[in-house]
Amino acid sequence: MDIIPQIIVSGLAAGGVYGLIALGFVLIYKATSILNLATGEFMTLGAFVCLSVMTQIAAPFYIAFIVTIVFAAVLGIVIERIVLRPLIGEPIIAVIMVTIGLASIIRGLSHMIWSPEYRTFPRIFPPEPLDLGFAIVPSGLLWGFIFAVVCTAIFTLIFRYTRTGLAMRATAANQQAALSMGISVKRVFALSWSLAAITAGIGGIIIGNISGISIHLGHIGLKVLSVIILGGLDSIVGAIIGGFIIGILENFAGVFLDSIFGGGVKEVVPFVILVIILMIRPYGIFGKAIIERV
Amino acid sequence: MRCGDLKESYLEDEKIFQSLFVKIWLAVLLVFLAVFPLLADAYMLYVANLIGFAIIAAVGLNLLTGFTGQISLGHAAFVGVGGYAAAVLITRFGAPFWLALPLAGLVSALIGLVIGIPSLRVKGLYLCIATLASQFILEYVFVHWESVTRGIRGINVPPPRFGGFVFDTEASFYYITLVVMLMCVGFARNLVRTKWGRAFVAVRDRDLAAEIIGINLFRYKLVAFGVSSFYAGIAGGLWVSFMKVVTPEHFPFSLSIQYLAMIIVGGLGTILGSIFGAIFMTLVPELLNVLTGTTKHFFPGMEQLFIPMKDVIFGMLIVGFLVFEPHGLAEIWHRIKNFFTLWPFSY
Repeated sequence: MDIIPQIIVSGLAAGGVYGLIALGFVLIYKATSILNLATGEFMTLGAFVCLSVMTQIAAPFYIAFIVTIVFAAVLGIVIERIVLRPLIGEPIIAVIMVTIGLASIIRGLSHMIWSPEYRTFPRIFPPEPLDLGFAIVPSGLLWGFIFAVVCTAIFTLIFRYTRTGLAMRATAANQQAALSMGISVKRVFALSWSLAAITAGIGGIIIGNISGISIHLGHIGLKVLSVIILGGLDSIVGAIIGGFIIGILENFAGVFLDSIFGGGVKEVVPFVILVIILMIRPYGIFGKAIIERV
Repeated sequence: MRCGDLKESYLEDEKIFQSLFVKIWLAVLLVFLAVFPLLADAYMLYVANLIGFAIIAAVGLNLLTGFTGQISLGHAAFVGVGGYAAAVLITRFGAPFWLALPLAGLVSALIGLVIGIPSLRVKGLYLCIATLASQFILEYVFVHWESVTRGIRGINVPPPRFGGFVFDTEASFYYITLVVMLMCVGFARNLVRTKWGRAFVAVRDRDLAAEIIGINLFRYKLVAFGVSSFYAGIAGGLWVSFMKVVTPEHFPFSLSIQYLAMIIVGGLGTILGSIFGAIFMTLVPELLNVLTGTTKHFFPGMEQLFIPMKDVIFGMLIVGFLVFEPHGLAEIWHRIKNFFTLWPFSY
């Protein structure tokens, strides 16, 4: 039974990375009430950009990182401007479909620019795993966890204590009131999309480091949907805690249920959990309980 | 300009084909569809069959998403359920195709109800996510429930037979597809002008008001889910009998997106829109094929870009139509028709 601490620790580490990507979803949802299904593709794009900068220009990691962040920020602003501004009054189905269409476009473009085979990332983190005595954490997961916690902390602080964060919360609560208070809603939207693209990009870099980059990385973005539903669609803390829980449950399922179901259980468990949560408590652990039920 | 357009009863107003002009052109269309195999080669018939399956699935999805407002991101999985059900019924239980097809639709409808019951308790984008989850769960079942679906090896399906005649060419199967498609489209078109259709639209537009006037939201949403899955099952059953094989790779998430793209491009909330969208979205990859084939002398290596270009073009079609023409091709068609109907007073 001493595999259990290992499972929990690996789950926590993986969950940290899920939480980082979930932050991307939550940031956009909090500010604009849009569920951005293209977050997975933002992730892939961030990973590819970082990889390209590091391999083509042979730049050190921190420069590639900064370039990726700038690229992601610009991507967020451009997408918000071109695609989402015309759809402001439209029903939610239209906007969700647009994000799906966007995901398709980005996936196709990445396929064309960078070919579809798996790439490995050059080493960016120190490779020694962390030995906690009762468990071992591989280095990629460890640094992912650290990044995730740091990003969550930064964003929580931004939302709580800065004027920008206040503006974002105000816009999320009531756009009309925010507008009449002089908050530039357009700027808040652009900012939230940029931040979401940045966090997704960082998540992509980390996952690319752990398991290689390919254009299919976007599938993880869909798995992260269960993280945000579990944590609550509009809660930042919920994103990271949900990430931990899903990471741990996924690992448990992988270890204990794989023999019963013949493998691949890790892929499908987040979706089963998603369906169960939607039946029991759709607004998640930390979300606001304003979901309408039939 | 149309004149003498006088309706004396509600029944006349509700007619689908209202004037003699329209009925004549409908007859012309039916005759054309019937003799099409004599004019077309095998590849065109293959595409025509695929269009037929897409029309059936798209009409089903439009009944759910366009008329009832319930977004489903898992439609491809239900097509897959129908396909596998038909395959298992034909190969494992020896059922004839004519029995297996409606049974496959029923199996798909049942699975749709099972997934619908928890999903319909939540609204809007939560349903979206729930159907997305069901898509991946069903895909997992297709791959791993080896005893029934034989996993990634797939099941080989014999073609349908009637008496001594075997429907194993594109041309002969075309007639099966044509008849089933006409029945499905006809049923759907009639469904939307009955009480059920009006209830669906009420649920989509103002569900609170609908509930107040006595429409049981849960029941009608569930019926919409069931009917849509039934259509998906029929489309799946037809598809696997045509392809003579069924494997899990035929029903990925991108196919669900393709069906959604069909109804968005065609027009949400209209049956004609589903038909236009299905035809359009099935022909776009073929057109792309032709294009990459002809330009391959100028741009060598174009063929590898076919799949990503298909993705990009699908995405751009979805985004473009949603931004510029949210009511789709059906709306464009109605505008053109109105122009000519009202000419010379088309302003």
